[in-house]
Amino acid sequence: MTESLLPLTFLLPLAGTLLLAFSAGRLGERSVVWVGTGSIALAALVTASLGAAFILGEQSPQTVNLYTWIAVGDFTPGVSLTLDALSLTMLSVITGVGFLIHWFAGWYMRGEEGMTRFYTYMNLFVFSMVLLVLADNLLLLFLGWEGVGLCSYLLIGYYYHNDSNGGAAMKAFIVTRIGDVFLAVGLFLLFAQFGTLNIAELLTRANEAWSVGEPLAQLTALLILGGALGKSAQLPLHTWLADAMAGPTPVSALIHAATMVTAGVYLIARLHGIFELAPAVLYLVGVIGALTLLMAGFAALAQTDIKRVLAYSTMSQIGYMFLALGVGAYSAGIFHLVTHAFFKALLFLAAGAVIVCCHHEQDIRRLGGLRRRLPLAYLSFVVGGAALAALPLVTAGFYSKDEILWQALAAEQQGLLVAGLLGSLLTGLYTLRLIVGIFHGKPNSEAAKKAKAGRGLQHTVPLVVLAVLSTLLGAWLRPDLSAIFPAAPGADAHSGHTAVQLIASATAIAGILVGAWLFLTQGPKLARLVAGGVGGFFWRWWHRAFGFDGLYDRVLVRPFLTVVCGLRRDWLDAFCGLAGQLALALHAGLSRSQNGQLRHYAAATVVGATLILAVLVMLGYE
Amino acid sequence: MILAGLILIPFLGGLLCWQGERFGEAPRWIALATMVAVLITALALWAGADFQLADPGAAAWLWELRLPWIPRFGIEFHLALDGLSLVLIALTGFLGILAVLCSWKEVQEGIGFFHLNLLFVLGGVVGVFLAVDLFLFFVFWEMMLVPMYFLIALWGHSEPGGKTSTYAAVKFFIYTQAGGLLMLAAILALVFAHQANTGELTFSYEALLATTLSNELALVLMLGFFIAFAVKLPVVPLHGWLPDAHAQAPTAGSVDLAGILLKTGAYGLLRFALPLFPEASAQFAPVAMGLGVLGIFYGAVLACGQTNIKRLIAYTSISHMGFVLIGIYSGSTLALQGALVLMVAHGLSAAGLFVLGGQLYERLHTRDMSQMGGLWGRLGSLPGFSLGFVAAALGMPGTANFVGEFMVLLGTFPTAPWIVVLASGGLILSAIYALTLMQKVYFGPAQKSAPLPGLDPREYSMLLGTFALVLLFGLFPQPLLDTTSTVMSGVQGLFEAPVAEAPQGGGTSEMTIDRGGL
Repeated sequence: MTESLLPLTFLLPLAGTLLLAFSAGRLGERSVVWVGTGSIALAALVTASLGAAFILGEQSPQTVNLYTWIAVGDFTPGVSLTLDALSLTMLSVITGVGFLIHWFAGWYMRGEEGMTRFYTYMNLFVFSMVLLVLADNLLLLFLGWEGVGLCSYLLIGYYYHNDSNGGAAMKAFIVTRIGDVFLAVGLFLLFAQFGTLNIAELLTRANEAWSVGEPLAQLTALLILGGALGKSAQLPLHTWLADAMAGPTPVSALIHAATMVTAGVYLIARLHGIFELAPAVLYLVGVIGALTLLMAGFAALAQTDIKRVLAYSTMSQIGYMFLALGVGAYSAGIFHLVTHAFFKALLFLAAGAVIVCCHHEQDIRRLGGLRRRLPLAYLSFVVGGAALAALPLVTAGFYSKDEILWQALAAEQQGLLVAGLLGSLLTGLYTLRLIVGIFHGKPNSEAAKKAKAGRGLQHTVPLVVLAVLSTLLGAWLRPDLSAIFPAAPGADAHSGHTAVQLIASATAIAGILVGAWLFLTQGPKLARLVAGGVGGFFWRWWHRAFGFDGLYDRVLVRPFLTVVCGLRRDWLDAFCGLAGQLALALHAGLSRSQNGQLRHYAAATVVGATLILAVLVMLGYE
Repeated sequence: MILAGLILIPFLGGLLCWQGERFGEAPRWIALATMVAVLITALALWAGADFQLADPGAAAWLWELRLPWIPRFGIEFHLALDGLSLVLIALTGFLGILAVLCSWKEVQEGIGFFHLNLLFVLGGVVGVFLAVDLFLFFVFWEMMLVPMYFLIALWGHSEPGGKTSTYAAVKFFIYTQAGGLLMLAAILALVFAHQANTGELTFSYEALLATTLSNELALVLMLGFFIAFAVKLPVVPLHGWLPDAHAQAPTAGSVDLAGILLKTGAYGLLRFALPLFPEASAQFAPVAMGLGVLGIFYGAVLACGQTNIKRLIAYTSISHMGFVLIGIYSGSTLALQGALVLMVAHGLSAAGLFVLGGQLYERLHTRDMSQMGGLWGRLGSLPGFSLGFVAAALGMPGTANFVGEFMVLLGTFPTAPWIVVLASGGLILSAIYALTLMQKVYFGPAQKSAPLPGLDPREYSMLLGTFALVLLFGLFPQPLLDTTSTVMSGVQGLFEAPVAEAPQGGGTSEMTIDRGGL
């Protein structure tokens, strides 16, 4: 009975979208918030009942087939949904965290222009995201995949009056689209090989047809990885995420931290059967994850905008998830996805609270000393930051991150393990820098001096709930995915687990302590250090996130614009127009001979007659 | 007789409009009623037809009308309808209604003659979709040209200091006429070749399908047809007329051009160029697909650089038609069906974008996107619809354009993977031009803050109806696919035979094609 409820999880947000879109501004602000949040709340309730039935039931995957989308020959993708432990986990995060963020957004967006538009897009996003994770075939997944991209574009460009926001939105869409094209070609390849896009059938047939290391399997995995890199903002398609912070903060929390950017992790986990057949690509997944987490960790150290710090930290944490996938610890990757959704959503919402209370001031250098004025935001930041930095034992982030590092060791990937440990040191540093910068010291601007704490359930409850989920309690919600994934490398081994835990705890604590010492006591010294010389060089280099933007600008964007400018006149058309030009030239030449002067005509007649005679003579009348 | 009716309704309606001008606004209502009648007739035919039973071997016309015309030259007034023509006629009916509605306020001078021309274009297009006598087909092919010329020349816009509407109309006329001339020559050569073989002088499509031709002659004649249709589609580098014609034409003209006239090119390829010369087409397929890829990129890159909104949409049409061309020459049922869906989808979405362009012009009196910007909050629900149509143009899943593009690429991949890889790259460019349009027109700083008039019920229902169809065929494309599946598998079968035989039959210079109807 419960499986018939499954379509409601995406139909409810869709209903919200349509209701809001067709209201055309006739609904008041309160009604808009009610409709927008209500639809997600109902979807979350449906998910809860589905989840309860699933866990208490026999836990076998359920498929609901709504209708056949397209049917041409073998190509018969349906609009059908599958609920298994993995999609249930994702669905719970999307609707649960999504509901809290929608609720909070009612407080954050109060009085903004275009609330209807905001909630329309947000509901449309949840709709697409739910389809993405429930789809039982890759075409429907692709629908959700592109749908979330569109919503992300629309919400990044929400404050559309500012040209740079539009640029950030376009950048996000186009960079992820580059990844999507890889994914699409991967789908073509899979369909050409196996004649189906149904995920379960694909994995079975691939397993039968391909041996481990088969070149086609490697190529397919590589193409799918391309799609995942774009969506999840991993090297080298990561440049859009930091700019995506131009959107309203709840959007950053929902789309650019908790759900959409983790879609790449979900995709690889879902199609792990293909990656298992391509060990080299799977290893590449881990390496890309490790590189991204280091790159983003350094970049996060040198940002001045609260949201950009959090954006790079998101990239970095998704790097951990990719690292987990790369060592074959899919379950650990998804576990980190869940805990990350809790604490990163918390951090973003708390950042939103700070930003609203300080009149949209989000530069760390102009904030400071807010811990007494904004106690709830401070508490949220401390709890969320502790989870982010994986403070041992009491935070959710510790358990998931520790699991990843342990699996990396068990898979004998010492390089990845070291990168992960170094990354957790960096995490502690930038987290402390952020918290100290916002809440300690003295207020550095009028806005920070006059900050007033937010009030009301809309503001408080989501923060408190997410804060609770970011602690040890959140780690208890670890999903059991053993039925879906192959056993992780560390499933049987135990030697070294304790050692890794100790080392990981030590690095995390070291990061936090060093960070606290540096930023609480050594502030002025640091400022002098980065003002010039070698320190300044690194500051600028990391601030620009290693200069990828400039590189792409020079290598891709400018040449493209040159081509566009060069071709603007449509030279092929001009070339075809030469025929017309030729006719005009002949016309001009011939019309000149028609000048009405008798002697010209007489001369022309004589010359013409002579020429004809001459030709005749030469041709054979000799 | 119902087929003759489909053609006669617009022509008679056109004459009535012309005479109705003395009664004020009457021509608009007559034209609207005429196009509604065409649409309803087409839908009634659709509802009454059974597309599954048609036997792929036999002549599979659903309806046929055969009257003697010029018996001396073997010319008949022969109309026939199958799933392919039906879909395109229904599209013509719908976009015809749209064209009448979008001119309601825009065209104020000579409304009688305007609607005469509009309906004659549509009547000619319906004739093109129905004629299965090659001479009759040519007559209709030329017949839709002249009134289109007048639509652009007389009701078009001339840019001050730039190109005039007459220039665009003449360019359009010369391009199409030159292509038509090649086609006429090819038709005559085919007919005489058939006469030389069988002693029978006939222009009948079914008879000519069985013509035996030498490889070289088939290739030349096929090129004659291909170029004529390539001009209409248009295929780069024969596209030069399109941006000018669109930029200068009135909105109704652009809607008809993008929505329907371009589809006659694709229809001609599917109905004539491929079935008449299957092995020559199969040989030519790699070139055609290469031209398709060139068109996708060339159109998209040029679209990125335009400042005139109508020129931008015109270049996106070129880009989208590249996908259609690839699908037509892929030799796979999936891709052929995709090409059909994409034709319908592009007809609707491009028409929607042109209607929006017209509505923007009515409010702002400019087509220059650099003079727009920040319009999102000033135009009521118009920007929302733009977003929908732009999403369709960039192939967002859920819209019919996605279904079409995806099926074309998916179906072509097994035969020509590199073509597909390259064409998929075009999807990135489509995102760039589509979002550029949104950014330049609706986002960015507002140049003024005063609200502009929103959509009135006429405009709202036009956009809503068109967009609803885009979504409908994106989420439930099956009715469309079922209607044309027989026709498309027929085309695919014709294509497959020579491809399969090619390795063995390389030495033989002559091959008989004897495939009755489609």
